[in-house]
Amino acid sequence: MSQAKHFFEKHRKLAVLIGIGILIILPQLTRSNYIRGVLARIIVYATLASGLNIINGYSGQSCLGIVGFTCIGAYSGAILTTELGLPFLASLLITLLLCAAAGFVVSLPTLKLNGMFLSIITLGFSEMMRLTALNWQKLTNGPLGIKGIPNVELFGWKVKSGAPFYYLALVALLLVVFILNRLLKSRVGRAWIAIREDQDAARSLGVKVSHYRCVNFMTGAIICGTMGVFIAYYYRYVSPDMFSLDEGFNVLSMCVVGGSGTLFGPIAGAFVINLLTEGFRFASEWRMVMYAVLIITMMWVRPQGLFGAKDSVIAGQMSFWNFFAKKNKKKEDGDVNHIGG
Amino acid sequence: MSIILEAKGVSKHFGGLKAVEKVDMQVKEGSIFGIIGPNGAGKTTFFNLCSGTYKVTSGQILFGGQDITNLPPEEVAKKGLIRTFQNIKLFQYLSVLENVKVGCHINTRTSVFDAIFHTKTYHQDEEYATEKANRVLEEVGLTEYKDWKAGNLPYGYQRKVEIARALAAEPKVLLLDEPAAGMNPAETWSLLEFIQKIRDKGHTIVVIEHDMKFVMNLCDYIMVLSFGEKICEGTPDMVKNDKNVQEAYFGRGIIQKSNELNQEGA
Repeated sequence: MSQAKHFFEKHRKLAVLIGIGILIILPQLTRSNYIRGVLARIIVYATLASGLNIINGYSGQSCLGIVGFTCIGAYSGAILTTELGLPFLASLLITLLLCAAAGFVVSLPTLKLNGMFLSIITLGFSEMMRLTALNWQKLTNGPLGIKGIPNVELFGWKVKSGAPFYYLALVALLLVVFILNRLLKSRVGRAWIAIREDQDAARSLGVKVSHYRCVNFMTGAIICGTMGVFIAYYYRYVSPDMFSLDEGFNVLSMCVVGGSGTLFGPIAGAFVINLLTEGFRFASEWRMVMYAVLIITMMWVRPQGLFGAKDSVIAGQMSFWNFFAKKNKKKEDGDVNHIGG
Repeated sequence: MSIILEAKGVSKHFGGLKAVEKVDMQVKEGSIFGIIGPNGAGKTTFFNLCSGTYKVTSGQILFGGQDITNLPPEEVAKKGLIRTFQNIKLFQYLSVLENVKVGCHINTRTSVFDAIFHTKTYHQDEEYATEKANRVLEEVGLTEYKDWKAGNLPYGYQRKVEIARALAAEPKVLLLDEPAAGMNPAETWSLLEFIQKIRDKGHTIVVIEHDMKFVMNLCDYIMVLSFGEKICEGTPDMVKNDKNVQEAYFGRGIIQKSNELNQEGA
C-alpha cells in the first residue's frame, strides 16, 4: 500500500493519465448497455460529488443541500429543452448562469454561519426546491414530472445513451477536475483552504472571508447545477422525487467515503458507492444496510476517506489504526520535538 | 520620525468590564514598541482593537494618519497592519511554503478567471508569491522545512512560520502577540536578533511580551497596561524604575517592604 502511495506521489502525472485511460476504456469492456448506463451515472455522480467537495472539503463549510442546485439545474435544463426547444449547449449555458445566481443568493444569508447552522439552512433550501418543483404545477408539471427530454445533440452529432453519453459525462468530469485543480493551486484555492483551517488567521492576512466563501459556494452550485442538466438528459425525465434529501446524503457519502478535501476522492467514492448499490441489487433492502455498514466502517477505520492522507484534516485523532498504533505514534512525536530542540 | 500608529483615548467595555480604558498610544515609524503588563491587563484586547478583530467602545485609531477605527480585520491588513496571534493560528494542514504564500494574498490579484485560464496575472502572481515565500523562509531560516505540514513542526518553529507569514504580506507595522512564549532562552535570543533585523529593514514593530529581559533589551519604547489602563510609558530604563509599574507587578506591600529594607540597609 505504501509502495503504491509512493509511486503515486512520485509519478503523479503518470498515475492521473493511467486513471484517465482506465476511465476511457471502461465502457468498452462490456457489451451490456445497462452497465454502460450505470457507468455513465457513476461519472455524473462523481462530478456532483466533486462539486460538493469544493464546498465541504476545501472551504470547510458543511452544505447538505447540494441537491437543491441539482434540482434547479435539472428543471431548468428540462424546461428549456422541452418548452423552448433549445439545444443542449444553450440550455447548459443558461442553467449555469441560473445556478450561479442561485448559489449567490443562497450564500448571502449563510456567510456568517458555520457548521451545523449552515447545514440546516442548506438542508432547508434543498427541500424548498423539491417542494417548489412539486407544487409549481404550471411550470414543472408537479408530481408527474417532465417527460420527453430528447437525446443530447452536439453540433449535429446525436449522443445516444450508453457509451456516447458516458463519454460526454466523462468530458464534463475531467473538465471540472481540471478547473478545480487550477483553482486550488492558485491564490483563490489557498484562500479557501486558509478559511477552512482558520478563519481569524485568514482575515488577519487580508483574505476577504465573505467574498471567498461566496465564490466557493457559487462554484459548487454551478458544478452541481450543470450536472442537473446531465441528469435530466440521462433519465430523459425529471420529477421532484429525484431530488429528495436522500439523494443529497448519497452524494455526501460519496465525498466522505472517497475522501473530502482531495481531488480524486469523490470520484473513487462515487464508484465504490454506486457499484455497491448496483452490484448488490439482488439483496434488495439489505444493500442499504450494507451501505450503512460501509459508511460506519469508513468513519472508524479511515475517517479521511480512501484518498485522504493520513495526516489530513478529517483524519482526526481517534481512527482505528491510531488506536492500535498509539505507542509508535508517541515515539514519532518525541522524535519531532527532538528536531525542534 | 513620524508617528505611524496612534490610539486616541481607546476604550473597550465588555458589559460592565472595562477591558481597555482610555488608552493613548503613539508608535513612531521604524521603532520597536513594547506593550507589557500583568496577566489580564488588556494587552491582547488592545491588539484586537488595533487589528480590527474587536470594535472599540470609544476612541479612535489612526494608521499613517488614516482613521482605521472599526474597520474589519481584512481591511486593516490591506492597509499594512499585520498581526500574529498569542495562540498560534497556522493553517495546519497546508505546507509551510503554502502558509507563507497565503501571506502574499493582499499583494496579489489573481481572480477565479485568472486561475482557470492561467492568464498573465496568474503567472506573475505565482512567480511573485513563490519567490517571496522562499525568500522570507530563508530569512527566518526554515527553508529545509518548507514542504512540512505546518502543524507537524515543533512549537518554536511554528511561531517563526507565523512571523514569516506576516512578513510575506510586507507589513508597514507588525503586531507580535507574545512571540517568545514557550521558547527556550537560546531561541528567545535568536528571535530578539531576528526582530531587530526586521526593524532594520524598515518595518515598525509593536510587541506584547511577558519576558522582561527580552522586552527591556528589544524595545525602544514601552507602554505598561494594568487593569486596562495605561500606568506608565517611556524608555525601558524609565519603565524599570517607575513605582507604579513595580507595584502593578509585585503588589504594593512587597514594594513598600523592599523600600524599607533598602532604607535599613542604607
